[in-house]
Amino acid sequence: MTRWLEHHLPKAVLAPSFLAVLVFVYGFIGWTAWVSLTRSKLMPRYEIDGFGQFVRLFASPRWDTAFGNLFIFGLLFVVISLVLGLLLAILLDQRIRVEGVIRTIYLYPMALSLIVTGTAWKWVLNPGLGLEAVVRGWGFENFRFDWLVNSDMAIYTVVIAGVWQASGFVMALFLAGLRSVDQEIIRAAEVDGIPTYRIYSAIIIPSMAPIFMSAFIVLTHLAIKSFDLVIALTGGGPGYATDLPATYMYAMAFSRGDIGQAAASAMVMMAVVFAIVVPYLYSELRPRHD
Amino acid sequence: MTFRFALAASTALSVLGSAAAFAGPQAEVLHWWTSGGEAKSVAVLQQEFAENGGTWTDMPVAGGGGDAAMTALRARVLSGNAPTAVQLKGPAIQEWYDEGVLADISGVAKAEGWENLLPASIAGHMKCGDTWCAAPVNVHRVDWIWANASILAQNGIEMPTTWDEFNAAAEKLQAAGIIPLAHGGQAWQDATLFETVVLGIGGPAFFQKALVDLDESALKSDTMVAAFDQMRTLRGYVDANFSGRDWNLATAMVMNGEAAFQVMGDWAKGEFLAAGKVPGQDFLCASTPGEGYLYNVDSFAMFKVAGDDNVAGQDLLAKLIMGKNFQKVFNMNKGSIPARTDVALDAFDSCAQLSAADMAASSASGSLLPSYAHGMALYGPQSGAITDVVTAHFNSEMSSADAVAMLVAAVANSR
Repeated sequence: MTRWLEHHLPKAVLAPSFLAVLVFVYGFIGWTAWVSLTRSKLMPRYEIDGFGQFVRLFASPRWDTAFGNLFIFGLLFVVISLVLGLLLAILLDQRIRVEGVIRTIYLYPMALSLIVTGTAWKWVLNPGLGLEAVVRGWGFENFRFDWLVNSDMAIYTVVIAGVWQASGFVMALFLAGLRSVDQEIIRAAEVDGIPTYRIYSAIIIPSMAPIFMSAFIVLTHLAIKSFDLVIALTGGGPGYATDLPATYMYAMAFSRGDIGQAAASAMVMMAVVFAIVVPYLYSELRPRHD
Repeated sequence: MTFRFALAASTALSVLGSAAAFAGPQAEVLHWWTSGGEAKSVAVLQQEFAENGGTWTDMPVAGGGGDAAMTALRARVLSGNAPTAVQLKGPAIQEWYDEGVLADISGVAKAEGWENLLPASIAGHMKCGDTWCAAPVNVHRVDWIWANASILAQNGIEMPTTWDEFNAAAEKLQAAGIIPLAHGGQAWQDATLFETVVLGIGGPAFFQKALVDLDESALKSDTMVAAFDQMRTLRGYVDANFSGRDWNLATAMVMNGEAAFQVMGDWAKGEFLAAGKVPGQDFLCASTPGEGYLYNVDSFAMFKVAGDDNVAGQDLLAKLIMGKNFQKVFNMNKGSIPARTDVALDAFDSCAQLSAADMAASSASGSLLPSYAHGMALYGPQSGAITDVVTAHFNSEMSSADAVAMLVAAVANSR
């Protein structure tokens, strides 16, 4: 009896969460895939109708904007956050005083909800209220910073707010990575008279590859499912210039009663996530030969 | 705490109600009138319902301009447990009817003679096939233009009756350093402005063909190009900082003299009145340039319910919603006018009286039209597709010809 328990207890304990994940994650992915192939409008319908929703999706200029924005925002957000985070981490790594305080200050934005970040930046970037008005008030009458209300530039304000929020977190990840590098090697390099920047570029940073990977995956999925930041900062506007796939999907499903279209856009979003995560999983899970 | 208690109490009541054969009329009402004036307006209906021996279960779902309520409704209908009455409007009523979940309240409608009390085009929205399935609460007029009276007087400007007159007035105001048009750059506000421009430039018949029937030749006509041209002109009359501004902040700009005009439905009047402004004296109201009347009618759609007490509650509710007293009190609170045409309007303000007179006249001449921007004319995907084009054009440098081409493609893609 005890042996039987020993043998089966782990399975029994894992079964409920396994079942829940199976139904609520994979089950509903399957359901969404099914609905994306139907002509569902206000309510889901289940007669398969082919790939019409995907044809409609890619014929929609608004989806083009949203999908394009995903790449602009995703690329800039991930790259700038990584670079800025690494830079901050390296600067903090110089054994400076009050490191703890500074680290907390940089990490703090991550503790805020994206709604707060979005609202605060909305005020800061509002030309009649924030930065532009302040600088003009100082006497620089020709100062212009109206990205928030300029439909060509508005997506970059989302990048600014996103980077502000996430780079402190990336810094913390990298700082932990920097500290975990074997001090013996660094000291040996110092003894050999290798300049500091070479120590970083040739020894420390290459040895942090796994941390780059985790930071990259965390930032990428944040970028793809970004929703609240856009809603709070621009509301998708001006026009629909700052729409992202997630806000597009929300608008279709909940404001317009076009569930088939929303499901199709959700499937495309999932495909993008898979395109990034599957190679990562593959590289992580393959047997190592070392 | 009190909400929990009310919920528990009402659940207990409804359990008791189903146990007894008939425990008086019951109604569960889903709505999103939760802000000050609106909540007060619904309370009037609740009170009347209770006075007639009914038990009202309130189900207010705030948020997202009704989006949250619609999500709740979907969940309730999917689980086979629809509320008695739901705040719904326009073609959405017919969409739910197509799902086969709406009730038939023709009995009440016939007994009360609704056919003769409502303008024909508004009555059309309340019918599903040959039967009545919804009761109208109010009529909001969308094509209003509001103005600051003293600014107009100082600059020697009359209320414009054509868009050309408006443009001339706007140039004059701009030269005097006043923002001509207060506007909030949100998609629905852009759409509101657009539909009044289409109505003014194309006339009622064109509006019907283009934005109600979605006739392709009308959508790509030169008249539509002219409408987009006027939108581009109007873009020059709003201030640089209009993106994302809420409509009531734009109204405040007119009120405190920063801007001269605003195009907005008559809910803007509530803002003026709440600030103690007097119509005709501090602010002026007129229909937007051109003929016609765009309406936005709030209504309650009746869902299929089981049990005599629920059916009795539904009938009582429908009767009370169309009752003279409720129509009067509710609309005085909300700034709209009664949907039924036989309510005395002596107690209403001059803008509401103008609205009612215009509604009667335009109903007779066939220019009483549903507002597309407020979901009265088209299904969600279609009106949304048009709004996307309108807002993309208004917020960029897109040419009118490109906008028209995009409009035709978007409408075709939304079917």
